[in-house]
Amino acid sequence: MLNIPCPWCGPRDETEFHYGQEAGVAYPENRDEISDELWAKFVFYRANPKGWHAERWVHSAGCRRWFNVWRNTINHEFGESYKPFEPQPKSPA
Amino acid sequence: MSKVTFKFDGKKYKGKAGESLATALLRNEVLHFTDSAYRDRPRGVIGLGHEEPNALVYVDSGAGEPMIPATVVPVVEGLVARSLSGAGYLPDTRDHSRYDKKYKHVDVVVVGAGIAGLKAALENAKVGKDVVICDEQDRPGGHLVHLGQEVPAELLAVLNLPNVTYLPRTIVNGLYDQGYSVAIERRTDHETSKVSKQKARIRTWHFRAQQTILATGAYQRHLVFANNDLPGIMLSHSAATYVARDGVDVFKSAVVITVDNQGYRDAIRLHNAGVQVNAVVDCRQSASGPAVDAVRAAGIEILFGKTAIDACAKKKKGTVKCVNVGNLDGTESACIDADLVAVSGGWTPTVHLATYIGVKPKWAPELAAFVLPAATKWLSSVGMVAGDFGGDDSPAIFFGPAQTEEQALSAYVDFQRDATLRDVRRAIKAGMQSIEHVKRYTAIGTAHDQGKTSGTITMGLIGAALGKAPDEIGSLTFRSPFVGIPFAALAGRERGQVADPVRRTPIHALHEGAKAPMEDVGQWKRPWYFPNGKEKLHDAVLRECAAVREGVGVMDASTLGKIDIQGPDAAEFLDRIYTNMFSSLKVGASRYGFMCGVDGMVFDDGVTTRLGENHFLMTTTTGGAAKVLDWLEEWLYTEWPDLKVYCTSVTEHISTVAIVGPKSRNLIAKLSPTLDVSNEAFGFMENKYADVAGIPARIARISFSGELAYEINVEAWYGAHIWESVMREGKEFGITPYGTETMHVLRAEKGYVILGQDTDGTQTPMDLGMDWIVSKKKDFIGKRSFTRSDTARAGRHQLVGFMPVDGQVVIPEGAYVINAADAAKPAPVAHTGYVTSSYMSAALGRSFAMGMLANGAARHGEQVAIPFGGKVIMAQVTEPLFFDKENTRRDG
Repeated sequence: MLNIPCPWCGPRDETEFHYGQEAGVAYPENRDEISDELWAKFVFYRANPKGWHAERWVHSAGCRRWFNVWRNTINHEFGESYKPFEPQPKSPA
Repeated sequence: MSKVTFKFDGKKYKGKAGESLATALLRNEVLHFTDSAYRDRPRGVIGLGHEEPNALVYVDSGAGEPMIPATVVPVVEGLVARSLSGAGYLPDTRDHSRYDKKYKHVDVVVVGAGIAGLKAALENAKVGKDVVICDEQDRPGGHLVHLGQEVPAELLAVLNLPNVTYLPRTIVNGLYDQGYSVAIERRTDHETSKVSKQKARIRTWHFRAQQTILATGAYQRHLVFANNDLPGIMLSHSAATYVARDGVDVFKSAVVITVDNQGYRDAIRLHNAGVQVNAVVDCRQSASGPAVDAVRAAGIEILFGKTAIDACAKKKKGTVKCVNVGNLDGTESACIDADLVAVSGGWTPTVHLATYIGVKPKWAPELAAFVLPAATKWLSSVGMVAGDFGGDDSPAIFFGPAQTEEQALSAYVDFQRDATLRDVRRAIKAGMQSIEHVKRYTAIGTAHDQGKTSGTITMGLIGAALGKAPDEIGSLTFRSPFVGIPFAALAGRERGQVADPVRRTPIHALHEGAKAPMEDVGQWKRPWYFPNGKEKLHDAVLRECAAVREGVGVMDASTLGKIDIQGPDAAEFLDRIYTNMFSSLKVGASRYGFMCGVDGMVFDDGVTTRLGENHFLMTTTTGGAAKVLDWLEEWLYTEWPDLKVYCTSVTEHISTVAIVGPKSRNLIAKLSPTLDVSNEAFGFMENKYADVAGIPARIARISFSGELAYEINVEAWYGAHIWESVMREGKEFGITPYGTETMHVLRAEKGYVILGQDTDGTQTPMDLGMDWIVSKKKDFIGKRSFTRSDTARAGRHQLVGFMPVDGQVVIPEGAYVINAADAAKPAPVAHTGYVTSSYMSAALGRSFAMGMLANGAARHGEQVAIPFGGKVIMAQVTEPLFFDKENTRRDG
């Protein structure tokens, strides 16, 4: 079971959280103008790295807030977590 | 130790309290313990603990145990066990034992209370760290316990420190990332053969540790030679321990076969205990060290450069009679008599826990063993598992002598799987070169012991055959659990009714009183139907449906997810979330809405009511509430933080009782005398506040059946009162309670979809024929995807009705639909759609169904075929609307 650092509550057990998606994938502003290809990139394409990955989680059974956090997909080590709109800390790699 | 009586395979034996069942049986001369699983070979005990592959038992007494090595079963008064042939079985009686769980955050977890583990614990405890020591044995000392020696007092003292928790009889069974480990503490099996009423039988510990230190020691391994599985051939350390420590005196003479100095140490122990050791057979050309000197001094013959080639069994007993000793290439062999052949094939460090988190053990040729590499951030190892064998030994890298094809046939590698050297050779001949492939080809290491004694041997044999070092052919990957454990231990107290949280509406007790069978909807319990006496589902549903269409029915709709949405930007927010417009909704009015993902696919629906200018109450599907709330918050947190909107889950705050049917107006008028119930004053999709049965309520004219209907919403704790009042006052109108099944039929007759049943996340609103719900005037989540080529293309699967030609046939839900022209063709034929909802309808007097059909909107009137269970059901494609197509009934 993962131990996930919520930036508001501190480290808590995985059962309190839900996974969202890759962090920092912005909803395109000019949706009506961009090509199907660019739109599809936003809808369907996500990084799937072996190693450090910035992710969006929600502390559903806690403060219920969304946040971002670095996680190593190899060994589930967690890096820094950061609130939405806070600048993304550098990858721990 | 006190004498106790136990039963094994129906026979009574005496044993000493606390010793293992294997010890007690050996003492009673049970050498031929069982027969092997696949080849019926007679087998006996070879090991000392969890590495034992042969001596598996089923325990009848107490809580029972489906399959466990006799080497770890403590003998207690009244123990009843029987031998197993490689495979156990689950008891069919209920286990009344208690099982507990404990969670502990701790600085350091030390696995193993041998000397290395105790030292590590002491070091950490001295600097003030909280330490937990888990150990599988009933006393500390590890290897010293086997030797019957005392642990030095200064080390033992660590166990009494206030910041140290020592857990004997506790196996760390799983190790996971971030210092998380799970241990199984057996608390009663060594005390009683009965079910303990006071004490939990097993306590499952969940540790989260800053540091985990593995001091797990090592298991001895066997050598691979013909008939190496005969009873009486044992691992030398186990044999010497049974004889020297436990006083098992059934062996008169012994031969030790060894690759290291351990064999010499065990030879001396056997010799000192009175066993005549005929020879120590060492595959090395020479050996030195104190144990070697001691063997020489005892006058025991040492044969260098030789090893066991084969063994012979006693005719009657089937146990070993002699061992055939010769050169490593199999030549010049001769027999030496012995009723114990003690084999020291080298040590295999117990690296399992580390491999669970991806650590790759490294090959240490000087130790002929795989050991754990240097420490990582939070995981380290000490003692033998770390490669500290503590001696001046130089073991040979040797796994067995040259064997002929015939010898290889009975030269066992994995005893529990009956896999032999021949199997390994065949795997290699078939082209396998990696341990992972050979393992799957031969099943070696896949039995319950997970190859504790056979893993390294297999790698060594493959390596030898291919001329490679053992670590060049892959690496061992083990998986938790380390030993078999009862499911009950993992479940703890979360069994039966408390296995999963159950959500009940405030009206639940009344439904139970009415003997309504319950349907699980997520964690909710919802009445499925309300049987009249012994009535079955089918009849009850037809009756309930007819009552709603002709009179009045009542349903508990409290489980619908409800989210209270407030704030000055609430209307704008909902416009972005829903496909249709909500900012135009009047205060006091309700609207049905669809939510799509960014991919344009419908993912939840529900009715949202505007309670005030900046205040909405959203309802979601019963199962989707939590997901929708997460979704709303995600957009508010990550994309639209400028919107002033607050969302609160209020699902459980409100009880909703829906009264449905043409006579519902009469009933609501009676229940709420102050309410103007005329259609002019209280129209469809409107809300009114009034007292209902004396309770302040919000009444909504919402319908999920097409009938005139009123939903009575009250504070949750008045729910039961409202239900009772409805039942009492509704008697004169023939009030009929109905459940989820009738609800499903009624909505399907009107073609209303249930998201998650009729949809699977690949349907746009247009696919469902609901273009009207998609606003052209505003943007919303998913809109951009509607113009994607695949979403916009013609001929997508679209929602249609299926009318079986035979109106008595109910098409199975989930069935595939094929073109009628393909009905007579042999399978496989391409499908063109599938059925999502299918029922028998009281109102229609026949069966009907809905589902998705390729280009379905353009195929109304066409015949299709539904093959199922060897038969073909013919059906006509229709629009997905079956009853009251003109919507004349919703206003009564």
